[in-house]
Amino acid sequence: MTATLDRPTDLAPAKKSKVGSTLLAVLAWIVGIGFFFPILWMVLTAFKQEADAYTSPPKIVFSPTLDQFKEVFNAGVGPYLLNSVFATVVSTIFVLLLATPAAFAVSLRPVKKVQDVLFFFISTKMLPVVAAIVPIYVVVNNIGMLDNIWTLIILYTAMNLPIAVWMMRSFFQEVPKELLEAASMDGASLWRSLREVVLPVISPGMAATALICVIFAWNEFFFAVNLTAAQAATVPVFLVGFITSEGLYFAKLCAAATMAALPVVIAGWIAQNKLVQGLSFGAVK
Amino acid sequence: MAEVVFDQASRVYTAGAKPAVNRLDLEIEDGEFVVLVGPSGSGKSTALRMLAGLEEIDGGQIRIGGKNMVGVPSRDRDIAMVFQNYALYPNKTVGENMAFPLKMRGVDKEERATKVRAAADVLGLTDYLDRKPRALSGGQRQRVAMGRAIVREPQVFLMDEPLSNLDAKMRVSTRTEIAAMQRRLGVTTVYVTHDQVEAMTMGDRVALLKDGQLQQFATPADLYDKPANAFVAGFIGSPAMNLFTLPVSGEGVTIGSSELALPRSLRSRISSAGLSRVLLGIRPEQWSVGSSSSADGSGSGVKAQVDVVEELGSDAYLYAHLDDSEATPVVVRTSGRSGSRRGDHIVLTPTSEELHLFDPESGERV
Repeated sequence: MTATLDRPTDLAPAKKSKVGSTLLAVLAWIVGIGFFFPILWMVLTAFKQEADAYTSPPKIVFSPTLDQFKEVFNAGVGPYLLNSVFATVVSTIFVLLLATPAAFAVSLRPVKKVQDVLFFFISTKMLPVVAAIVPIYVVVNNIGMLDNIWTLIILYTAMNLPIAVWMMRSFFQEVPKELLEAASMDGASLWRSLREVVLPVISPGMAATALICVIFAWNEFFFAVNLTAAQAATVPVFLVGFITSEGLYFAKLCAAATMAALPVVIAGWIAQNKLVQGLSFGAVK
Repeated sequence: MAEVVFDQASRVYTAGAKPAVNRLDLEIEDGEFVVLVGPSGSGKSTALRMLAGLEEIDGGQIRIGGKNMVGVPSRDRDIAMVFQNYALYPNKTVGENMAFPLKMRGVDKEERATKVRAAADVLGLTDYLDRKPRALSGGQRQRVAMGRAIVREPQVFLMDEPLSNLDAKMRVSTRTEIAAMQRRLGVTTVYVTHDQVEAMTMGDRVALLKDGQLQQFATPADLYDKPANAFVAGFIGSPAMNLFTLPVSGEGVTIGSSELALPRSLRSRISSAGLSRVLLGIRPEQWSVGSSSSADGSGSGVKAQVDVVEELGSDAYLYAHLDDSEATPVVVRTSGRSGSRRGDHIVLTPTSEELHLFDPESGERV
């Protein structure tokens, strides 16, 4: 849009911006459909028979069936789902409990060299996970924590913590310093002013941060597939279990993937209002 | 209620740099309304924040009611503060905002409600108690901030430019309200502003600061009539005092080509200070204006030419420059409809014997 507007043109400003916004809308639709199409295809395929799922060109008209979903349930998605929910919820709670005070410290009560601290946080995300998996595996194996859901919880907490600190920091920075000062003059302890004054103000930001953590933890595959087996495996691990070298699995895989995506979609939908507030926090303060 | 004492109180932000507040000495009496005024960067807000416990005290002491406040956290100082941006809690209603300091001090719910209602009555906020701050106008928010400060009946009120976010008309009316409320409650109040009109109209006494240094601490009348130095003289009063650096001559001082005779008392002060040049201060209202044709030839008038006339109705300000020196501006306050116009040649004569003399080097009053 900026490019369109910056280009010198003879058009009157109103007309120019109208053309610009039309182009932008078209572009947005193309990008939107591009992103959404695989999901649509996945959902459609989930309702097909295996045979229909493999036709080329893909069948648009077919008689929908819930057979694949039944099969997924029969394959025993239950324990995996439970593991995923547990690991996601608990790690997200841990992340919020740890990231909130950390973000408070680096934004409202900055220590010396706070920039270095922040860089350290984010630098932990720079190492590719695959490079760390062997030492992690060895450590986890030695302390006898393989195939344990708490291993995933600790790793997911560590994995999401830097992002959460950075996100929460930007929300904390939007809180006027005077609010804390006023609370302290009014007689509130640091803890009470945090709880009664600051947290309500940044709750949209916390919701946004929590949602990001939920999505990342829910979708995490690499740690789960390498460090868990029968006991602690999560939904993404269960999903790939459908990929076999014999027989047809497209429709079943799509049905399982649809089910796996559903909780995140629902969480996002519930958090929608808070999330929009959270993401536009600075603009509307 | 308590007296507040700044005893050589200093604040140094970075070691070795000039202190933001340098050895400030103020003795504020119980129930007094004191205004800290000064240009930006003068340290007035820092001084207030030191008193509030929001800035550290790097040297000296600050005492409230005789107790040394060094190292005492804000919440234990029994003070209330009104912030420039009000700092209302956005998620709490007006009533909850005002009740918050009481709640933090463990006041029970019924007493809280009674006190909040009483304060809301005084401030005209009764109909707004259930609203959130964002649904209020600027003036209403300002009153909520005041309300939050008064419900608790603290020993000291601190106000940091509480009127600067209001429009001009609101500022004048709120100014009067705050001053009246302070007199009624009788709570020691320290008020920070950069607006000298607020300082002069509200304070029992005014402390004028510049570069972290106290310039003068006196009543508004003394500040106006007996400024301690040239900075105070120039800062207080609107339009500002005319200040001329002039050579001393036999009967007074030479201004341009004419001589301005000074009364004997002023001449003796100049000679006892041993000055050959002097900084002469004349307030805009201390001139009488004559037309150049009616000059009495006594040599005591200053010839000037009018550049701009500001008619304010009751008064008029003439902005002129001296005939002998284009670069020397002079401001004159006359009664309204003065009849002077742009380009007029006028002769100015000081009407008062109470002219202000300062040492041109140090700026100190002679």
